[in-house]
Amino acid sequence: MSIGASLKRLEDYNLVTGRGQYVGDLQFPDQCEAVIIRSPHAHAIIRSIDAEEARGLDGVLLILTASDLPDDLRPIPMRLSPDPILEKALQYPLAKDRVRYVGDPVAVIVAKNRYVAEDAADFIHIEYEVLPPVTDAVQSLEPGAPILHPDAGTNEMYLIHGRKGEAAERLKTCEHVLEEELYVQRHSGIPMETRGLLALCDEDERLTVYGAAKVVHFNHQLMARLLNKNIDEIRLVETDCGGGFGPRGEFYPEDYLIPFAAIQLKRPVRWIEDRLEHFKATNHSREQKHRVTVGFDGDGRIYALRDEIFFDQGGYIRTHGTTVPSLTQAMFPGPYDFSDIEIVTHLVLTNKTPVGTYRGPGRFEGTFVRERVIDMVAAHLKLDPTIVRERNYIRPEQMPYSNGLSALGQVIEYDSGDYAETLDRARKFMGWEQFAGKQSRARQEGRFIGLGFASFVEKSGFGPWEFAEVEMRPDGRVICKTGLTEVGQGITTTLAQICSDQLGIPYSDVSVVHGDTALVEKGNGSFATRGAVVGGSAAWHAAGLLKEKLLKVAAEQLKVPVDMLALKDGGVVYAEAGQAAMPLEELLTICSDLGISLCEKYTFHIEHMTYPYGCHAAEVELDPDTGALQILKYYIAYDLGKAINPMLVEGQLIGGMAQGLGGAMYENLKYDEIGQLVSGSFMDYLIPTSMEVPEVTTEILENYPSPLNPLGVKGAGEGGTVAVAPAIANAIVNALQEYAIPFTSLPLRPERIREALKQMKPER
Amino acid sequence: MTEKTAESSRLKTITLKVNQKEYTVDVEPRMLLSDVLRDELRLTGTHVGCEHGVCGACTIMMDGRPVRSCLVFGVQADQADIVTVEGLESQDGELHPLQNGFWEKHGLQCGFCTPGMLMTACHLLEHNPDPSREEIREAISGNLCRCTGYQGIVDAVEYAAKEMRERAE
Repeated sequence: MSIGASLKRLEDYNLVTGRGQYVGDLQFPDQCEAVIIRSPHAHAIIRSIDAEEARGLDGVLLILTASDLPDDLRPIPMRLSPDPILEKALQYPLAKDRVRYVGDPVAVIVAKNRYVAEDAADFIHIEYEVLPPVTDAVQSLEPGAPILHPDAGTNEMYLIHGRKGEAAERLKTCEHVLEEELYVQRHSGIPMETRGLLALCDEDERLTVYGAAKVVHFNHQLMARLLNKNIDEIRLVETDCGGGFGPRGEFYPEDYLIPFAAIQLKRPVRWIEDRLEHFKATNHSREQKHRVTVGFDGDGRIYALRDEIFFDQGGYIRTHGTTVPSLTQAMFPGPYDFSDIEIVTHLVLTNKTPVGTYRGPGRFEGTFVRERVIDMVAAHLKLDPTIVRERNYIRPEQMPYSNGLSALGQVIEYDSGDYAETLDRARKFMGWEQFAGKQSRARQEGRFIGLGFASFVEKSGFGPWEFAEVEMRPDGRVICKTGLTEVGQGITTTLAQICSDQLGIPYSDVSVVHGDTALVEKGNGSFATRGAVVGGSAAWHAAGLLKEKLLKVAAEQLKVPVDMLALKDGGVVYAEAGQAAMPLEELLTICSDLGISLCEKYTFHIEHMTYPYGCHAAEVELDPDTGALQILKYYIAYDLGKAINPMLVEGQLIGGMAQGLGGAMYENLKYDEIGQLVSGSFMDYLIPTSMEVPEVTTEILENYPSPLNPLGVKGAGEGGTVAVAPAIANAIVNALQEYAIPFTSLPLRPERIREALKQMKPER
Repeated sequence: MTEKTAESSRLKTITLKVNQKEYTVDVEPRMLLSDVLRDELRLTGTHVGCEHGVCGACTIMMDGRPVRSCLVFGVQADQADIVTVEGLESQDGELHPLQNGFWEKHGLQCGFCTPGMLMTACHLLEHNPDPSREEIREAISGNLCRCTGYQGIVDAVEYAAKEMRERAE
């Protein structure tokens, strides 16, 4: 059986030998290169663009400004959660008369190579009339704040209101009420490979575009629509991809501009985003302010929860529409059973780079806020924070459980799970019972140590469907075509294991084909931890249909009932005894002689998401003089129903943790008051290195397989990320119990810890 | 300031040895070594992640030392002896123990930082055949990885070190 085995990845041979083919590795004859000119101002009117001098430069082939694009060009629409209200703030591929963030694309230069294109950029003269910018979501709502999109008439593009029961009324009757303001900073996926595209256009104006990722089929349709072409005149091809994490693969201005330039020139046009450009151009994420009120009793049982969220969208609505704020809101209660909830989210425009999803969208933010609040409730009552968690968990017998809130067109309904068990395991592993003693002994030695916990519920398996086509070739090798895409998560190996399991052949005999609109007829792509759940189930069914067909033929030949047979070890066997009945080779010859097609397709539909869950725990040590934080021990318990490949699941959890750690402690897309991004390079946007990321212990549980898919899987992509910040923040607070420092905003930088310690006197 | 002159007058001829093979190319003095390797020599295993010397994806061995090829001009590599990820395999196609280690221990996900990591780790093991986990972490700390959380990479280097020591015995 391949499912459940930690098999080595099929992807890796090419990648460890330098034979990978990332988009920047491709080269075609006559290839030229594009550079995008971007606004240096956060908010300005474009008065004029003079490109004459640049056009005259040797090697410059094409210069495009908004006036060179078709008059009837539509802005880039939303992919998820579209809403007509938001359409007034969509982004055009090139800014027409006004720029709204530093990095807003204003012109494109194509030259024989990037060096020359960058030279030419110096000779383009753009006159701007600078307008006052707004860089804070709360200030953006104040009267008199500059309005970004005059047509919309307001910077508050959307208001999401979710409720269950009567939170306001309930709060009045609660024994204790806590109000807090919490903040999560702007940061993003920052994959190691920046985005890139290579578009080829032949004499008949047929396009081939390399470098697609994540949602290839969706972008295929959108590209055709925006370029006013038939879908069969365009082919999108996914190359190797150096990290996805949410931002990569959405439809950006460049996904229109580069193919458009290739059509104009009838030459291959390449664009590889440079790192400085990436920081300004690719979706940011996460920035939110929360004003939370909770009402609870003396035992820590929380009854009412109210939250007002200010979501900083940046200058335009991008392809996700309201997805991130909707998910923040709907997943905010997490694993807890609160009877009365009211959440209001303001989606607000500011003069900053537009935002989209990043691993654990909405949940990273909400989990930080909620899990800090749980510890605050515990601190207020002087209770053990893990006991407060326990007292509020949804219990297994309450499943399926709906928290009454909705996102992505469906009410949140947890299918199964035992949240207390993951906390129990975390407490045991971390030695929580003995920790107070250890902590006071450490303190006597002058050491500040602390232990923090954070529970979470993730979501996975976003539908509505995914497609697979499984074909067995005459040589016994299997081709599995999938609508999913590979962003480094190992979907190739995962699907090969699923097919191998169904067909009784080695997983290395399965070739997985993905992300090519000419080869895979349809697909929704890889995002929202949907790969194994929806795409895996599609492959399971398609391979299952193929298995049935093969066994039927074998049964007829062997003149035995079909249910006596199975596929195993590369042949047909008698199911009960396991002895060989017919070699696969012979069966394939028979099928071929009979003209039986061995290709099956399956579209797996899923109506509802599924919900993995778990608990993070961190033990930290603080240096009171410098504020430096060291993670002594880190643990994640994660129940995902079923792991197809536990090694890959562990890789997702640990890698996800490292990204969560970046968001918790280091990464910050910081703007100054005039809207300049002041942390726009790796010199000042700090990604955790091998020295910051600790050894992480993971425990993968399979106690509650999902009832919603045949594999029982619940997905592994995001659970490593979402609870890191509160686990560490709670550990810091635990280490500094007597200081009453709130630690309500991210990132938890050492200088903040040090400053706070200097200013605060211990509460005695 | 860019001169609007014929490009050929700006070209410099350089000779460099890459993975035991000699190349002579004409390059503009401003062309980065990473671009020379990737675009002129078509050795695309070396990746460019930041072009400001922080991410380490473009790390190669130049005259026996790990170097960021995005911080070196091609003309500075004239007469240099360079090893890139393509040169790690043996002539008969046997993978380097580090390549095997990364594969065995899930030391990569997207694989973009992997070539740079391999070159850095290669240099470490040449100088320290039995590194501790802390020493491995320190050695690779100039190479950013966004996928693995580094743990798989440390496991991989540890695995390769053991393999190489056993081979040497």
